[in-house]
Amino acid sequence: MIRDITIGQFYPADSVIHKLDPRVKLFATMIYIIALFVFKGILGLGIITLFLAGIIRMSKVPFKFMTKGLKAIVLLLIITSVFNLLATPGDIVFWKWGSLQITDKGIINSVLMTIRLVYLILGTSLMTLTTTPNQLTDGLETALKPLNKINVPVHSIAMMMSIALRFIPILIEETDKIMKAQMARGADFESGNLIQKAKSMVPLLVPLFVSAFRRAEDLAMAMEARCYNGGEGRTKMKPLKYGKCDYISYGVVVGFLVLVIVAAVLLPFPQG
Amino acid sequence: MSIILDKVNFSYSQETAYKIQALKDINLKIEDGEFIGIIGHTGSGKSTLIQHLNGLVKATSGGIYFNGQDIYDEDFNMKELRSKVGLVFQYPEHQLFETTIFDDVCFGPKNLGLDKKTVELRAYEALRSVGFPEALYFQSPFDLSGGQKRRVAIAGVLAMKPEVLILDEPTAGLDPAGRDEILDLISKMHKELAITVILVSHSMEDVAKYVDRIIVMNQGSVMYDGTPKEVFRQYKYLEEVGLAAPQVTYLMHELHEKGLPVNLDATTVEEAKESILCALRNNEAKRLQ
Amino acid sequence: MSIVKTKGLVHEFIRRDEEDNVESITTALDHVDLRVEQGEFIAILGHNGSGKSTLAKHINALLEATEGTIWVDGMDVSEEENVMPVRKVAGMVFQNPDNQIIASVVEEDVAFGPENVGVPTDEIWERVEKSLKAVDMTKYRNHSPNKLSGGQKQRVAIAGVMAMEPKCIVFDEPTAMLDPSGRKEVLAAAHELNRQKGVTVILITHYMEEVVDADYVYVMEDGKIIMDGKPREIFSKVDELKAHRLDVPQVTLLADELRKSGLPIPKGILTREELADAILKCASDFRR
Repeated sequence: MIRDITIGQFYPADSVIHKLDPRVKLFATMIYIIALFVFKGILGLGIITLFLAGIIRMSKVPFKFMTKGLKAIVLLLIITSVFNLLATPGDIVFWKWGSLQITDKGIINSVLMTIRLVYLILGTSLMTLTTTPNQLTDGLETALKPLNKINVPVHSIAMMMSIALRFIPILIEETDKIMKAQMARGADFESGNLIQKAKSMVPLLVPLFVSAFRRAEDLAMAMEARCYNGGEGRTKMKPLKYGKCDYISYGVVVGFLVLVIVAAVLLPFPQG
Repeated sequence: MSIILDKVNFSYSQETAYKIQALKDINLKIEDGEFIGIIGHTGSGKSTLIQHLNGLVKATSGGIYFNGQDIYDEDFNMKELRSKVGLVFQYPEHQLFETTIFDDVCFGPKNLGLDKKTVELRAYEALRSVGFPEALYFQSPFDLSGGQKRRVAIAGVLAMKPEVLILDEPTAGLDPAGRDEILDLISKMHKELAITVILVSHSMEDVAKYVDRIIVMNQGSVMYDGTPKEVFRQYKYLEEVGLAAPQVTYLMHELHEKGLPVNLDATTVEEAKESILCALRNNEAKRLQ
Repeated sequence: MSIVKTKGLVHEFIRRDEEDNVESITTALDHVDLRVEQGEFIAILGHNGSGKSTLAKHINALLEATEGTIWVDGMDVSEEENVMPVRKVAGMVFQNPDNQIIASVVEEDVAFGPENVGVPTDEIWERVEKSLKAVDMTKYRNHSPNKLSGGQKQRVAIAGVMAMEPKCIVFDEPTAMLDPSGRKEVLAAAHELNRQKGVTVILITHYMEEVVDADYVYVMEDGKIIMDGKPREIFSKVDELKAHRLDVPQVTLLADELRKSGLPIPKGILTREELADAILKCASDFRR
């Protein structure tokens, strides 16, 4: 169930991609998403496919493991591609029924949209698969540091994120336990209409909130006891430092975007 | 009135590679009115086992029969089973949610679809049988001490009028006084309400005093099943799997080895005292002859 | 100089209703005087609600005293500027193993304390290494705490405190939520730190058998210290302990019962071996 989703999971492996600075990976993911939406034509698609395939290869994450994450969105993929297929007007009409039609542009659009979505999921999950949640929050904290100047509490937000990441599995387990305990007292979480269902959540949510608050209180005290005093004057066990690989990667990523744009201008065929 | 488990197997995450077999080929028969202790260390499968007994977890293979009926039959009434086999989870006070103690105890019987009067009567009876002070019935359950909260939670299950009451480590986190109170209460309920009680624990000493039968779980299998005396005779094997017999058992064996003929089956302080005094007296008598 | 010293320490929890009127006052600590010397292993025994956890929190400057004074390593805890230094000197391990681990990776959690006080990166690595080794958790350094057992989680928490290089560690019922093997692990780790690193240990517990190896024991009830002494002295007062509904170990209880039946068994028996020897001695004395 919840545990089967691979998006947001970390896949431990010893690869160049795993070792990259999280800021580089955040930047690269952003560029990659931009590329997915500006590319035009077969050449652009080819460049992106090569880029993605190369990185997946380098990351040492098994391709099978990545496609497992796609299963969760199969339904979404089918709906969007069917919608694009049937609702795009075009020059050549192959089939028509009422307002539904299949056209040359519809086919191209539908194929492109599916590719975009699949690539989007593969690319972004590659980032989470190769970056621990902690590195990710670290990366965000450092990348967003300039916002401190306009009074955005960047450190607190990052700390909150990493604590949330630590407690999500614990709270999922706890939900499971409380649910079972209430079911043992005859509670029914499945049947009934929407209002009844919402009502039946009360015996689950109240204990969950009580427990979350108790944990928060305990945790706050434990953090204070270990001299936590906000972000000021803190040092880091694993400070983010750019290495040679990181600078090269920045170059590669920028080059990649330039290539995609050039390809879109020079050979924008077939157009979507 | 009985529960029969026939070759029950259970594994987590069936499809994936992370398959963990939590229960292996469990065969058990639980008779009416028994007082059973299930012992095992963390991860031995004891919690998974008891969740099978009221159908919260479904066995991967094997059958469970409640009063001769297969609980996995399509027309078997699962809700009724859950009311007949009451399960008190570990740290049961974490499931309290109502604004008053009384309302919280009403939750179970209300789910059974009983009328208001019967529900309230049952809640009242349940709170009485756990010895909860009447003056506090309409207070918030969140203001109570740990031990009291636990009583309320047990009453919440008791109000379903179960024929079998299962308690998963009911003494976890309590201090010794609270622990003794809860165990005495459970033993009293077993006698007075004439229900079957299954007590899950990792402490041999707690259980030895109360139960008639001990089931030792290890790595998902039943390792021993017998009276406390029979089980504690295996103290050397129990130690190997991280469980300890009562201190007295060790002492008696040590004395026996060193030549004092004491009763090796003594598990409580009382029994040990009698046996040691008796052995010393015999010793003395032999010397005088 | 004592590492921890309290004089007439009082703590009252005051509950107020919506209009800020005092609803009730609970006295959690009632004129507590105690003294702990550097390097000692002290146990504080008592029921839930006896005030022992409140006392623990005072040692870590997590609460403010209503009356009286507490000094940690010579520093008056009530002074604002002493709060952080006190927390550095006296670390604390709490009851619930889950609710005190902050990071999602073991080694990063151990580093949390040193990071807070601004220890340079290289030194953090050294301290993390040392602390994990001290509690024998080095091979789990890259694990997620969620996958560890209760005893292992507590050892991670201990490592987290050790990384602050404290002179004293307060254990606030560290074993209450653990199974027997977890309890053994945590106790062994506490004794190890006390012996090997000379860290003062203040162990707060309601399990009598955990205080057997302590240097000195305080028994608390209703916010007061009602008994104190060496474990053997405490354990020799079986009737008094029973009156306070404390959990007397089976062996001590049996020894007491046998003595009451007229056998010449010494007071304050602590271990199984001691009792066996005493009984066998009775047997051979009879023979003579």
